[in-house]
Amino acid sequence: MRPDLEIIEQWINPGSHVLDLGCGDGTLLDHLQREKQASGFGLEINPDHITTCMERGVAVIEQNLDTQGLQNFDDQSFDVVLMTQALQAVRRPDKVLDEMLRLGREGIVTFPNFAYWRLRWYLMRRGRMPESETLPYRWYNTPNIHLCTFKDFEALCHRKNFQIKNRTVVDGQHRDRWLSRLWPNMLGQIAIYRITRKED
Amino acid sequence: MPDSLPPDSVGIVTPQTLHFDTPLTLACGQTLDSYDLVIETYGTLNADASNAVLICHALSGHHHAAGYHSMDDRKPGWWDSCIGPGKPIDTRRFFVVSLNNLGGCNGSTGPNSTNPHTGKAYGPDFPVVTVQDWVHSQALLADRLGIQCWAAVVGGSLGGMQALQWSLSYPDRLRHALIIASTPRLTAQNIAFNEVARKAITADPEFHGGRYYDVNTLPRHGLMLARMVGHITYLSDASMGEKFGRELRDQAYKFGYDAEFQVESYLRYQGERFSESFDANTYLLMTRALDYFDPAYDFDNNLAAAMAQARCEFLVLSFSTDWRFSPARSEELVKAMIAARRKVSYAEIDAPWGHDAFLIPTPRYTDIFNAYMGRVAREVGA
Repeated sequence: MRPDLEIIEQWINPGSHVLDLGCGDGTLLDHLQREKQASGFGLEINPDHITTCMERGVAVIEQNLDTQGLQNFDDQSFDVVLMTQALQAVRRPDKVLDEMLRLGREGIVTFPNFAYWRLRWYLMRRGRMPESETLPYRWYNTPNIHLCTFKDFEALCHRKNFQIKNRTVVDGQHRDRWLSRLWPNMLGQIAIYRITRKED
Repeated sequence: MPDSLPPDSVGIVTPQTLHFDTPLTLACGQTLDSYDLVIETYGTLNADASNAVLICHALSGHHHAAGYHSMDDRKPGWWDSCIGPGKPIDTRRFFVVSLNNLGGCNGSTGPNSTNPHTGKAYGPDFPVVTVQDWVHSQALLADRLGIQCWAAVVGGSLGGMQALQWSLSYPDRLRHALIIASTPRLTAQNIAFNEVARKAITADPEFHGGRYYDVNTLPRHGLMLARMVGHITYLSDASMGEKFGRELRDQAYKFGYDAEFQVESYLRYQGERFSESFDANTYLLMTRALDYFDPAYDFDNNLAAAMAQARCEFLVLSFSTDWRFSPARSEELVKAMIAARRKVSYAEIDAPWGHDAFLIPTPRYTDIFNAYMGRVAREVGA
């Protein structure tokens, strides 16, 4: 399994009720069902991924976060709400984060760091929008319409009064490297955040 | 007529009639002392009877879901596109049971059967049966066939309501419910269309208060009108536009009121054919069963509370252009299942054919159906 999914797995208690926003082919939920006796749903819009989920017995709902929202889910009805590599592709990431913590006690979010040094270097040297192995698109056809840096994300969490319970920074292969821990906003490619609402 | 049977057909099939002698008490309070159910089966029941799939039919459906009755049949069963070797409901893996529901007119006891108390056809004396009654009778059928737990109960439209009711009435007797192009209850608009259909039938002078059998006639005109109205709700504006547009049967307008547009003659033809082959009292009964279906009713109109009774897993499918039971109705059902923490998968399939899309195999529909049923088969070791 992808190393970032292994990291996420460590943060999920056995028997948790989980919602996975943009669950892809259901790899993570399938794993959590087997290894953690987790229950829950994945949301997805890609037809092939939806079919694969059904084939492997992952409960999947065809639903578009941007156009349909999450109104069909009740407040605090999940232990954990996950979103891996999709935050940067939604229309309003701030509202999606609000919704995640409305539905779940905890949210786990992963996204690519736009302040990664190679991207900075690409932009500085060529003066063009960076393309990389984690962001393999042109500016005009990218689904990633809200790219941000670790600092941006943490500033948003601060403004929204979210508590960051854990943060792990990994490289493009989703490996945890000491270098990226040292200077995450420069050397980390992908961040995995575990957030919750601060107790008032 | 097929010259030879397609390799993915279940082939030539023969219906069987099962007689039941134990009185069946219905939701309306009346009791049927005895009754017949006509069924067809495809495939083979495995040793532990774990591979059985029940097919529930919609308003005008019946037991003949797949295959041919003879080499002279023009068309196969009504859901042949989805049942057969290599098809989503794969008869190499599953034992498939399909029946004609009580109150039907294709051989199971219904208004056109003889009432043992009078020696005449039941007609209007046949009790109004509900989806719950059907599910009850289907459970007795399962007992007769030695099936304790269905691998899946599958249905489209009114058939989907039966699959849903199964999950609530007999939560431990099915593993999966597949609810396709269906709804947890009719809207006022749905009931209104049903009322127009019923009024067309009962207002036909040949209806004779439902005792038309006794005077050897049929309310053909009323049933034809009912079917014409119903048929419009099964199609979409786009699919009718595509099929007929404003095409005329002849070159020019005739400034009269005969069927001049192709769509008029199509509806008339479909209505006429239907009125010769279907029973008007059964049509009244089926539309009423649709109207009454409302599993949330007993739970203070809280569908999630109703769904908390269920134990099985669900697949809910809707079709983008279905305005009879629109995707919003399926989503309402899915929302309640989510709130009740039932395991449910849902997809809205893009298809132009309106409500009828559940009978038409499209690549995505077939893929999903295959994927889901493949997993059900693996789960039960079929």
